[in-house]
Amino acid sequence: MSISRRKFLGWMGAAGLGTAFGSPAHAAANKHFKGYPESLGVLFDNMLCIGCRNCEAGCNKVNELPPPDRPFDDLTVLSKKRRTNTKVFTVVNRYDHFKGIKNPLFRKIQCNHCLEPACASACFVRAFTKTKEGPVTYDPSVCVGCRYCMIACPFEIPTYEYDEPLTPRIRKCTMCQPRIIDGKLPGCVEICPTEALSFGKRGDLIKIARERIKKYPDRYVDHIYGEHEMGGTSWLYLSGVPFKELAMREDLGVTPAPELTAGALSAVPMVAGLWPVLLTGLYAVSKRKEKIAKIEQQQAIASTLEKANAEAESKLSKALAKAQKEKAAAISKEVKKALEEAKKTQEKEGS
Amino acid sequence: MSEKAAAASKSFFTPFNVVAGIIVIIGLILTALRFTGGLAAVTNLSDYNPWGIWIGFDLLVGVALAAGGFVTSAAVYLFGMKRYHSAVRPAILTGFLGYALVVLALNYDVGRPWRLPYPFVIQQGTTSVLFEVAACVALYLAVLFIEFSPAALEWLGLRKARRIVVKLTLLLTIFGVVLSTLHQSSLGALFLIAPSKLHPLWYSPYIPIYFFITSIIAGLSMVIFESTLSYRYLSHKMDETHLKEKNDVTLGFGKAASYVLAGYFAIKVIGISAGNHWHLLGTSYGLWFLVELFGFVALPCFLYAVGVRDKNLKLIRWTAVLALLGIILNRFNVCLIAFNWHLPSSERYFPHWMEIGISVFIVTIGVIFYKFIVTRMPILYKHPEYSDSH
Ligand code: SF4
Ligand code: SF4
Ligand code: SF4
Repeated sequence: MSISRRKFLGWMGAAGLGTAFGSPAHAAANKHFKGYPESLGVLFDNMLCIGCRNCEAGCNKVNELPPPDRPFDDLTVLSKKRRTNTKVFTVVNRYDHFKGIKNPLFRKIQCNHCLEPACASACFVRAFTKTKEGPVTYDPSVCVGCRYCMIACPFEIPTYEYDEPLTPRIRKCTMCQPRIIDGKLPGCVEICPTEALSFGKRGDLIKIARERIKKYPDRYVDHIYGEHEMGGTSWLYLSGVPFKELAMREDLGVTPAPELTAGALSAVPMVAGLWPVLLTGLYAVSKRKEKIAKIEQQQAIASTLEKANAEAESKLSKALAKAQKEKAAAISKEVKKALEEAKKTQEKEGS
Repeated sequence: MSEKAAAASKSFFTPFNVVAGIIVIIGLILTALRFTGGLAAVTNLSDYNPWGIWIGFDLLVGVALAAGGFVTSAAVYLFGMKRYHSAVRPAILTGFLGYALVVLALNYDVGRPWRLPYPFVIQQGTTSVLFEVAACVALYLAVLFIEFSPAALEWLGLRKARRIVVKLTLLLTIFGVVLSTLHQSSLGALFLIAPSKLHPLWYSPYIPIYFFITSIIAGLSMVIFESTLSYRYLSHKMDETHLKEKNDVTLGFGKAASYVLAGYFAIKVIGISAGNHWHLLGTSYGLWFLVELFGFVALPCFLYAVGVRDKNLKLIRWTAVLALLGIILNRFNVCLIAFNWHLPSSERYFPHWMEIGISVFIVTIGVIFYKFIVTRMPILYKHPEYSDSH
């Protein structure tokens, strides 16, 4: 048995299941990954955003996206809640009527470029990469189109080309990775007419944000969204109202996505290693039980047979004895009869 | 031979063939639409709802219902329950067809199906639960194929090949159980990464265990259900052993299912108390959760137990249907109904009729293949020339 079990384990290893050992997810489970040092990010400050949609236009231009449904200077679209899609990598939504703030507030949506991205951890072909510069990039040349990244992303960012029959891609904000590498600003940041978008090293941006909160404690809520959410994101947010009220989820927690599945994945080698041993054991037990049962059965049969034989014998002998007795009785009866008859005839003759 | 001739002389237009034929034609048209117009042409999927019934039903339910193969072969070959031997082949066949159809359905769902091997040959995303699912499903499909092959080899009269495969039975069974444990549970683990999207009553760190345990329930119930159907429609194909053992299988598997359901009920309750989600039971999702828990877990558990106690085969068979509906409901809840529960109803997903059409088409293909195989190969009976155990 041991040989086939070893062979079996070998196969499991060869089959690639063993690769779950020492995968990045496990590394993540052991230490807190604080993101690449020096990595870049963007800080969005909604107290400075005027809702002009210029960033949408800039993004559209630098990414060479198809023309928008409504021109970018048409601000009526802001009254409807929109989301990103395959042709729009960023949108600005308006939120009205806040206590103590007379202007509406805006929220810009795009990929947050998580430090430990759920999308990257979920992709089974590693189509996403968290680059050391900060952007989370996507490689359409390997993507299978399973859309698990969309399930995984807590910010509902990746979008999918559902109308592409043969070559659908995931589409999302790239943080303008190609431009950043060239030393340029992201399209949306460059075009922004106010200081609502600031680009820089994530560490510096956090410091700037802290200072703003410190300087204007009445203006800002004391929270930098993205500093710790889902383990932290490269895109950071400051707000004058609780983020909840801008439909930003505050219940995401600080656990990075890879940690959520690390436990289940680490069970794989356990199952692959222990199950065969246990199952073989169970098999051996049931085999042995079967064998014992068989032996017992044979013994039982043998003893029944013996008993039956003995019984039959004794019955037979009893029957024989009875028959003999009966026979004897019959004979003696016959003899008696004969004697009596003889006597009778004698008597008859005598008379 | 004479039988074949008789079958051929019968009209081709039996009710089964007509219905199946219509479904297949519609399915082929929908297939053409899918591969020319993309997913948008035939589905209601959206950027908020990337997974619909092709994942919720075809993948999650399909894999769960195909668990009969590993459950039965483990019971018979590993746990020594020889009296259920006649149930092994039909269960393996259903398992094999089930997984084959799951893979077929995935070809519709993923964007570039020809890249399905990429995760293995190009770049391995080992941090992904989906990678594990894909690896195990692929391997298990191969295992099921080999496990099923003796029937085909007997049919083809290839004795030597058959003998080799039969020798591997034990190894294949163990391999199958390991792979099944892994991917059945991983299908649940897929959702571990989305705590913010799945309702807390269904999201649980135990979800992989829930999925594994329910797959056993599904496997046991499916064997009962399937044996009921094949007895009804294919009893002429069954040999004496099969007919004799059939009721034994129903009773035994019903009893096992009752126990497993009881255990599942218990760990579900433990899950709620571990997450301290009692207060959520009063909400509308809570009520729905209770419907699932009592109507489709506790009730079948009880009915199976009563059926076994009274030796009421009819009750057990109907309970199997109830339990299977419970599995379908559970997978739908996790993947579709309680998923994205935070979204406004305008953003929620409801399947397009063409999505349902493709799913029906795929199930129909399965039934056609099942029928084709059991009417030809020794599945429901032992091949007279191979009287040794199969
Ligand atoms: S926001 Fe979503 S898509 Fe962007 S990096 Fe994070 S997980 Fe990935
Ligand atoms: S859709 Fe593409 S990028 Fe997203 S998880 Fe699947 S293979 Fe990866
Ligand atoms: S960083 Fe680039 S891709 Fe992202 S929203 Fe801004 S302009 Fe668009």
